[in-house]
Amino acid sequence: MSEVLEPTKNEEALIAVMDQNPVQPMPTESPMHHLKLGARSQGSNVPTVYAGELGLKGHLVIRGDADNSDFRKGVEVALGLGLTDTLQSAESDSLSISWLAPDEWLVICPLDEAFAVETALRNSLKGHYSVVNVSGGQTVVRLTGANAVNVLKKSSPYDFHETHFPVGKVVTTLFGKTQAVIRRKDKETWDLVIRRSFADYAWRWLEDAASEYGFQVADNLA
Amino acid sequence: MFYIYCPYCKEHREEEEFHAKGQAHIERPADPDSCTDKEWGEYLYFRKNPRGLHHEMWVHAVGCRKFFNVTRDTQTYEIKEVYKMGERPTITAQNQTAAKQA
Repeated sequence: MSEVLEPTKNEEALIAVMDQNPVQPMPTESPMHHLKLGARSQGSNVPTVYAGELGLKGHLVIRGDADNSDFRKGVEVALGLGLTDTLQSAESDSLSISWLAPDEWLVICPLDEAFAVETALRNSLKGHYSVVNVSGGQTVVRLTGANAVNVLKKSSPYDFHETHFPVGKVVTTLFGKTQAVIRRKDKETWDLVIRRSFADYAWRWLEDAASEYGFQVADNLA
Repeated sequence: MFYIYCPYCKEHREEEEFHAKGQAHIERPADPDSCTDKEWGEYLYFRKNPRGLHHEMWVHAVGCRKFFNVTRDTQTYEIKEVYKMGERPTITAQNQTAAKQA
């Protein structure tokens, strides 16, 4: 028993790292697949809120010590984006990184790049850190339009005013009766990271909350 | 409703985002094999229920998911202080009464 509990003597623990994307293309379904979003458009005359799912993205959770300069540097080398400060996010052409907790960040990238990003992180990081592919566990809903902020105000006790929630800020808070990681991408565009098992509920909540402003499903928001 | 300052997110959030986790600073007996049943029983089951200042743990469950400590007055519900895990409170019942007498 004591042998099992003893920390590994090797400098690097052996971790099974695998590309979770099948080599052969296979039918894949996002967490909101069953909602058939394309057919749900309410066809409002003057839509002021648009939303759509950015499904099938690569989601990686990085954990490590933010005060460790090697860790910070390693992430920056691998991603081209550094670790962000409390409640801040950053994005490049294909990647975004969001602060989740003092020792935890979420990286979102295209699904077919997730394995390459994970490998790059593992190659440039050493010591006590963790990278976990959580792509299957969550999805992204992009909410945009002039009244998008009002939909959020209805859905959460958080203060979404521009002075309190500037572009680039990311907050994990309540959304309806569930939770979401809400990131302000630009003035009128918000990305919500929703847990897979709550995707159905969250979408139906969103649709209901947005209906009074004129709502339209948008399938090419990326 | 409480409006609680999370020392990790560094801002105030609604109480809905948090869970109370009971009394803070409970120390596990250093050597469980040789402590008395009374000590072990008190460690496991017996909690304070003070009228006045109370140190309790909270977790930012819908947020950064970190635990932290809150010093709260159980009579007025006023939160006196919030401090991170591993830190000691600066406001305690002892130093409050000492300050009153001084």
